[in-house]
This record gives sequence, C-alpha cells and structure tokens, in this order.
Amino acid sequence: MLATERESLRHEIAELAEKFEHKRDGMMPMLETIQEKYRCVSDFAMQEVARQLGVFPTEVYGVVSFYSFLSTEPKGKFVIRLCRTLSCDFAGKREVARQLENELGIRFGETTKDRLFSLEYCNCLGMCDNGPALLVNNDVYTRVHPELVSDILEKYRRMFGPASQLEEMEAHHA
Amino acid sequence: MANVVHIMERYEPGSGLKKALSQSRQDVIRTVRESGIKGRGGAGFPTAVKWNLCAVVQSEKKFIVCNADEGEPGTFKDRLLLAERTDALFDGITIGGYAIGAKLGIIYLRAEYTYMRPGLEAKLAERRTSGLLGTSILGSGCNFDIEVRMGAGAYVCGEETALIQSLEGNRGEPRNRPPYPVNTGLVGAPTSVNNVETLIACAHILAKGPEWFRKFGTEASTGTKLLSISGDCKKPGVYEVPWGISLADVIDLCGGEGAKAVQVGGASGRTVPAAQFRRKLGFEDLATGGSIIIIGPERDLLDVAENFLDFFVEESCGQCTPCREGNPKLLEGVQLLKHGKCSIGYLRELQGLGRTMQAASKCGLGQSSANAFLDITEHFRSEILGRVSERGQGSGAREQGRAS
Repeated sequence: MLATERESLRHEIAELAEKFEHKRDGMMPMLETIQEKYRCVSDFAMQEVARQLGVFPTEVYGVVSFYSFLSTEPKGKFVIRLCRTLSCDFAGKREVARQLENELGIRFGETTKDRLFSLEYCNCLGMCDNGPALLVNNDVYTRVHPELVSDILEKYRRMFGPASQLEEMEAHHA
Repeated sequence: MANVVHIMERYEPGSGLKKALSQSRQDVIRTVRESGIKGRGGAGFPTAVKWNLCAVVQSEKKFIVCNADEGEPGTFKDRLLLAERTDALFDGITIGGYAIGAKLGIIYLRAEYTYMRPGLEAKLAERRTSGLLGTSILGSGCNFDIEVRMGAGAYVCGEETALIQSLEGNRGEPRNRPPYPVNTGLVGAPTSVNNVETLIACAHILAKGPEWFRKFGTEASTGTKLLSISGDCKKPGVYEVPWGISLADVIDLCGGEGAKAVQVGGASGRTVPAAQFRRKLGFEDLATGGSIIIIGPERDLLDVAENFLDFFVEESCGQCTPCREGNPKLLEGVQLLKHGKCSIGYLRELQGLGRTMQAASKCGLGQSSANAFLDITEHFRSEILGRVSERGQGSGAREQGRAS
C-alpha cells in the first residue's frame, strides 16, 4: 500500500470513528463501510480501527474473522454467493455451482485473477420459494439455472468497462 | 381454502400505535398479555412477559430490538414482511418501545438482506415527517426513533444474546443467561428482542383487540402463524395459517402430496416422517418459527442430514465444546452412513453424542443442531443402514469444491 493510500485510509477511519463517537458499538458499521469500499479489512485498517476505538487490534481481528461478509484478504469487485441451503439444493443448486465454476475458471472460495469475481457458498438467502438463489454483492438473483449464469456474469463484466477487458486478457495470457 | 386466513394483511398505518399511545404502558402490556401471543421466532416466549420484565426495570436507557436476522434455513416470511408490511412493523416496534419505556428501536437486518435497507430507511424518513416517529409521536409526548443496523453474515446472531454482542461490536458469541437481555441487554441496558412477525402481530392486536386475536389458533397457541413453505411442493410461498393446523393440511395447501418427510423449523427443527403427519403445529406439539421444507419421496435423507450438519459445522461459533466438536462428528457419521460404513454400535454412540449436545450446549444453536440427525436416524433406519457404496456416491452425495 502506498503511503498516500495509507494516509487517506487513516483519515477515512478517523472520520468514521468520529461519526460513531469512538464507541465500540460503532465497530460493525465501520468495518462494513471499509469492507464495502476496499473489498477487505486490511491489517492496517484493523490497526487503525483499534486505535480509534481504544481496543487491541486482535479484538478487531476477532470480529472481522467471525463474520462471513467481512474478510482480511481482498475479495473480487463482485462477490458471488450461492445459497447452499436445502431448498436451493433441491431446486438445482449443484448444476448452477458447476456452471459458475466453469464460467469463471475458479473453484468456490477463490477469486478470479483479474480480481473481478469471488465465488463463495452462503447459507440461506431467504429465497427458498424461488431457488436456486444467489447474490452478486447486494443484488439477488432467483430461479437461476446454468443457462442464466453466463448472462449474469456478463452483466457485471460489462459494468467494469473496457479497462477490465484488458486486465482480463492480461490475466488470460499470464 | 378453509385453512388459510389473512388476518395480518389489512392494516391501517398508525391505527395500533394510536390506540397504544392513548393507553397507559401497563394497559398496552395487558392487552398483549390477554392476546396470549408468544414469540414468533421459534422459542415461543410470551411477548407480554418479556415486555413487562423490561418495563419494570428502572433505567434511563432501554432498547427494543427487532430481530430481522432471518437466517433459519427455509425461512423467508420476514423478507416479505420487511418489504410489504413495514407500516405494521414500525408501529409494532414503536408500541413495544412505548410499552417498555425505550427511546430507541433498532432493526438488526441480516447482511443478506442489504438490498432491503434503502426501502426501510425511506419508510422511516416518511414516518418522521408524518409524526409517527421522532419527538412527541402523534402529539402524545412520547419520543421514539428507529434505526437500522446491519449484520455481517452469521446465523448465530439470530440468537438474542449473540445479536446483542454483534450490535456492541463483538464476535456474535452467545452469552450465558441469566442475566437476560430484559435486565442486562444492549450496552448493559434493559433490552427486549422481538421477532419481526411478533411485532407486526402486536400492532394488529392493539388495533383490533386481544379477543379478535384469540379467535384464531388454539388455547396455548393463539393467533396465526406465517409459514415459509419450500422444497418439493407445487406451490411454495408464505402462508398464513391458524396455529393447530396439521402437517397433512399444510401439505395439502402447498401441493406437497407424496412427501416422505417434512422438515419443520428449519435446520434446527424436527424431521417429521409421513407416519406422523397428523401432528399439529403449535407450542403444544410442533413449535416452529415457520420454516417448512417438504421432502419428496425421491430424496435421500442422508443428504438432508449432511446439508444441515455442514451448515452447523460452519455456523457454530466455536465457543462451547459440545457444539464445536459434536457437529463435525455427526457430519462424519452421516458420511460413514452414506458409504455404508457405520456400525449400529457406532451409530448408537453418535445418537448419544447428539443427546449430549442437546443437553449441554450453551445456546439454542448447539442444543438444536443434532435434532435432524437424531430424527432421521430414528425414523428412517431402513433407509440409512447397510448402504452399498454406489448409492452413497450417487448424484446427490458429492459436493465438489465446497468452501470450508
């Protein structure tokens, strides 16, 4: 991380802490904001949150490592979470899972080389009457079938714009 | 159909709240007590008792928390309520807040429902403008506001003490009870944690009276229950039914004929075999938060057990030994059964372990995580014993590349 980036992150965390009056119960919303913007809560971010809230960095690490929507390692720009619960399983989750892996060229728990997509399982999304269901960041997709998978991915690939295509090609040739 | 009712559908915004604010706090709690309503999240603790315990504590600071951490596998009624019944919900939270003497209500919304947050925030802003929230609500002198806080993906945070831990910025590890949240809750202040459906029902009860509510359901389980029905049926969805309905009738409703079992109450609930479909939903027999998963005749019940145990292994907070160590052992046992490699002696040991987990785990997660395993190994012995390995390795058995 560049020194200037660290400085701006430090500043951002200080502002967040201010908003929550440096209270411990502001920790979750602070971490959620950092995760959303930086796709992870880095070691440096955890130290800064700890400093601002007056707790040990390990306490922050304990929290970050507990919740599945927070991560210490950077996630892709788009995190795909496929519901693995029974009803979605009955509705054809396995085929969707296989197709996602095929389209992305990664396994569950991994991130594509171009850092565009992370693929994960999650527990019940509350879409059991419309399974299989998956989330892409905060967007929910229901009644997903293998055919639909590539359309969904394409939508997000396009959102990233031309730069990503270059990155993708680089990743492909790497 | 006679079994479907719609008592929680029509609601005049502000109507329950208006009635509540014109009464004393004690009268509000009395009305709720007379309705006989019990918590809709699954545990079934009488709502009026919870509110009263909270109300009688002398404290400057109190909270009412709406538990919108709907994470029980197979439950999605709150998703619907949060999107379509927000008026009744916010009324319910405000009524509860008034009854216990809280100034702030918090909606703890699960991270998976982040897409619903903007809608809720917009509705809250609307209510502040129209005088249903904020200072001196409807000119009553009662001040109250509601904020939305997000979870971050942890099933156990649906447990009330874990939820409070999470709100305080901690790992979502359940606390020992007592002290109960009604005495020592969020930041040490008396806190009432109520399910979304409970709070909505309370708004209706205030608006229409406790006698109206008691007309539905049974003596010990008054009112109606929203069921989230999914799985092998023609018409999955949310159904409102009176308590006391039999599973056979539920199956009729949703077109789940031929089911060999019904999972009542989600992963932490009971696996009820076809022979017991006359059993009734209610606190007298099958209490449930509303998750109903129909299991069709072609399904492998060991797949079901494996799916749930996978879930519990992942979601156990790891604090107490029976749950942390027990769930992986049961999961391993299911896999042995699938491969036809489990002796009856070992199965008996695992069942003993399951009962130990029920008795010795610290919170509801661990106490209930062995339920499905115990039910399936008790009721479906001919299906699970002595498998030849092809069946165990059939299409349903493998889940490649599962994230651990």
